[in-house]
Amino acid sequence: MASTGIRDRVAIVGMGCTPFGEHWNKGADDLLIDAVGEASTSSGIELAHIDAYWVGTMLSGTGGTTLSLPLKLDYKPVTRVENFCATGSESFRNACYAVASGAYDLVMATGVEKLKDSGFSGLAYAGPPDDGTEDPTSAPAVFSFLEPAYAEKYSVPRDVMKEVMTHIAWKNHQNGARNPRAQFQSEVSKETIASAPLVAGSLGIFDCSGVSDGAAAAILCRAEDAHKYTDRPLYVKGLALAAGSGAGVLSPEYDYTTFDEVTRAAADAYRQAGISDPRNQLAMAEVHDCFTPTELVLMEDLGFAPRGSAWKAVLDGTFDLSGDLPVNPDGGLKSFGHPIGASGLRMLFECWLQLRGEAGARQIDTGKTRALTHNLGGRPGRCVSFVSVVGSDKDE
Amino acid sequence: MSALIGYGTYVPYWRLSGKGIREVLGTGGGKATRAVAAYDEDSTTMGVEAARDALATAPPGFVPEAVYFVTTSPAYLDKTNATAIHAALALPQHVAAYDFGGAARSVAGVLELVRASGALALVVTSDLRTGLPGSADEASGGDAAAALVFGAGDDAIADVLATASLTDEFLDRWRVPGEDASHVWEDRFGDSAYQPLARAAFTDALKEAGVTASEIDHLVVSGLHARAVKSFVKWSGVPAGAVTDLESRIGTSGAAQLGIGLSDALDRAQPGALIVTVALADGADVTVLRATDGVRNAHGRRIRSVTDQIDGAHREVSYGDFLTWRGRLDREPPRRPNPAAPAAGPALRHKDWKFALTASRCDSCGTRHLPAVRVCVKCHAVDRMVAERVADEKAAVATYTVDRLAFSPAPPLIAAMVDYAGGGRAGVEITEAQPDEITIGTKVEMTFRRLYTADNGVHNYFWKARPVREDD
Repeated sequence: MASTGIRDRVAIVGMGCTPFGEHWNKGADDLLIDAVGEASTSSGIELAHIDAYWVGTMLSGTGGTTLSLPLKLDYKPVTRVENFCATGSESFRNACYAVASGAYDLVMATGVEKLKDSGFSGLAYAGPPDDGTEDPTSAPAVFSFLEPAYAEKYSVPRDVMKEVMTHIAWKNHQNGARNPRAQFQSEVSKETIASAPLVAGSLGIFDCSGVSDGAAAAILCRAEDAHKYTDRPLYVKGLALAAGSGAGVLSPEYDYTTFDEVTRAAADAYRQAGISDPRNQLAMAEVHDCFTPTELVLMEDLGFAPRGSAWKAVLDGTFDLSGDLPVNPDGGLKSFGHPIGASGLRMLFECWLQLRGEAGARQIDTGKTRALTHNLGGRPGRCVSFVSVVGSDKDE
Repeated sequence: MSALIGYGTYVPYWRLSGKGIREVLGTGGGKATRAVAAYDEDSTTMGVEAARDALATAPPGFVPEAVYFVTTSPAYLDKTNATAIHAALALPQHVAAYDFGGAARSVAGVLELVRASGALALVVTSDLRTGLPGSADEASGGDAAAALVFGAGDDAIADVLATASLTDEFLDRWRVPGEDASHVWEDRFGDSAYQPLARAAFTDALKEAGVTASEIDHLVVSGLHARAVKSFVKWSGVPAGAVTDLESRIGTSGAAQLGIGLSDALDRAQPGALIVTVALADGADVTVLRATDGVRNAHGRRIRSVTDQIDGAHREVSYGDFLTWRGRLDREPPRRPNPAAPAAGPALRHKDWKFALTASRCDSCGTRHLPAVRVCVKCHAVDRMVAERVADEKAAVATYTVDRLAFSPAPPLIAAMVDYAGGGRAGVEITEAQPDEITIGTKVEMTFRRLYTADNGVHNYFWKARPVREDD
């Protein structure tokens, strides 16, 4: 068995999330103070009662002091975690297990990223010292490999592929326009999206997620204690993480139309959560739409559409806000923005709002009570993937 | 005595015409076309390509005892450049590697020493030649490399019948260390200084060899002083058809010029052909050779002749790019962080991958890994790997992209995942291709390049892929 799981043993009882965007007047410290503060004040839980903290960041700090210094936390356990672009989810996952283990009553998972101080557009970071032979290709370029590969495998004409990618970007901008915390809050026409300057391969500017600053936080407790803090907690149904061996970038068998790490993590999370038909059982999904072809491939890897058919479902509006299974109702990485360490918790924040009926103009009208977050880090063929399922009620 | 047993050359893909210079500067440029090393090439990388080409013509299994690298445009000072060539050729540690250079004349001296040594040797000559914008050196220089292989007399492709060397001190051209363009004295002065030296050495060598000028089948005259070369050729009385003249098509390639000219002569030489090389540089060095029957073996193993390398796939570079590539135009850099220098430790530990493009194949299940790893991705066996060099293997593009965001000295960067003929996949950078020349399935071959030079001056060498061109 891949994992036993902790279904219904941990509850989310408070959340906070800053607006994402270019916060020229706020540092990582300020963003953390804002997100943590919102989680605390909105739930009425004082920080003094939190037993332990996790802070996820990839580039904006090292060590637990990344959080304890700005918030002036007195001698609490604070763990800094990092797992590429899935860092925020990793913070959440580790905090969940700490509660499930019985070690702590009440914990907080936080995530933050301050990207806009680098002076560069796009992601800019140096890894450890190396031999200079690491592939210099940028993130949009490695994800752009997906588009021609998918087109070739399923005989989708390239102009139709462009329509599919454009629809995904258009849909996520539509959703972001209904989200006051999103980095990009305007609808963008399909013509504008399709004719934008190219960044890599067939990816234009609108096919790429926003580079942004932001932070998010979640307060977790044992499920049986949840109603001490809120009438409408969310319960953790399944948590899965899969780190790949890099087989895809080594092996000619890998065809760039799937992420094996995602299918493995999804299968594990669904099994823990008791999900057998994700397309029909889920109220919504927040997925890692770092680039539009990524979202397309994820629809199949997460079991939302049969192999080779997601492109049709996208064009049919299945994943639109009014569709059968709304995907990225908050605008996703594309429109809400992608401050790396915060993104996984931002996805959870949308589940928190939607399942509690607090999503305002973009509220999904559904009787379903389960939502999914999917977070990816790395590149096709060599990545880590996180999948969680949360729900607003306990299973029997 | 060491005998000449193989030869090889490298002419870069790019050309700059005098017209291209004239269109920008409004004057000068001349009538000729020159070869241009790309932004990702230097004397070391071109040397590697020429050495690979030369070793292909040597008797199978040949391993030199030493590599001698000669250039007037070294990528590094203090640090030996020949060691990178040595590593790229995957030569064992007991093979020595030494740099020579500074002056263009160095090549004549190294060849003389190697011939006298009796050693198995690989002499690699390589140069980038340019000058100030609008100068004759800029228009008439050329970037190229040539390599000569020396071994046992039984394998000789040409025997040396005689040599002669005369030396004098005079101000023909000079360059102070740190400068990237030469100064030259009045043209006519150098000509007058060279003619007596060239004529005397030529006469002495022919006399010693017991041959006359009319018997010469191939005359190769090299030298950075164009007028002196031209005057001497005219005086020699050797008919134009027997005189190697590549300079109007690729330029005058400094330390590499003698080797390129000799290689061209050897490409065309029949057994028994008389070849004379005359090198004019601070004196005159003359060598008289006669091709042996063995030259046919070299012809049979030769990948592409010098003429094919010059006339094969090539492309005109704009003068703006030429100036940029040579560091003479300080252009706005891409809005990306400058790439980090390769670190010494990892570069040493991964030397077989970085320099020799050596993969590992799992002895248990046969899966090939690029770069080499210790644990098999398929069967997870640990330390059961066998090293396999893939530098000389062809590969096919599995998928590709044009990356307009990544750092490149010449954006956009074309990146591809390629699958090697012998198995295994790697992400590579594509060079010498336009985006529309690459598609899924495009055949590529590997070439040793300088990816970039870091802020601390460290050159980042690694392999790239280039399309295999039909007319190659």
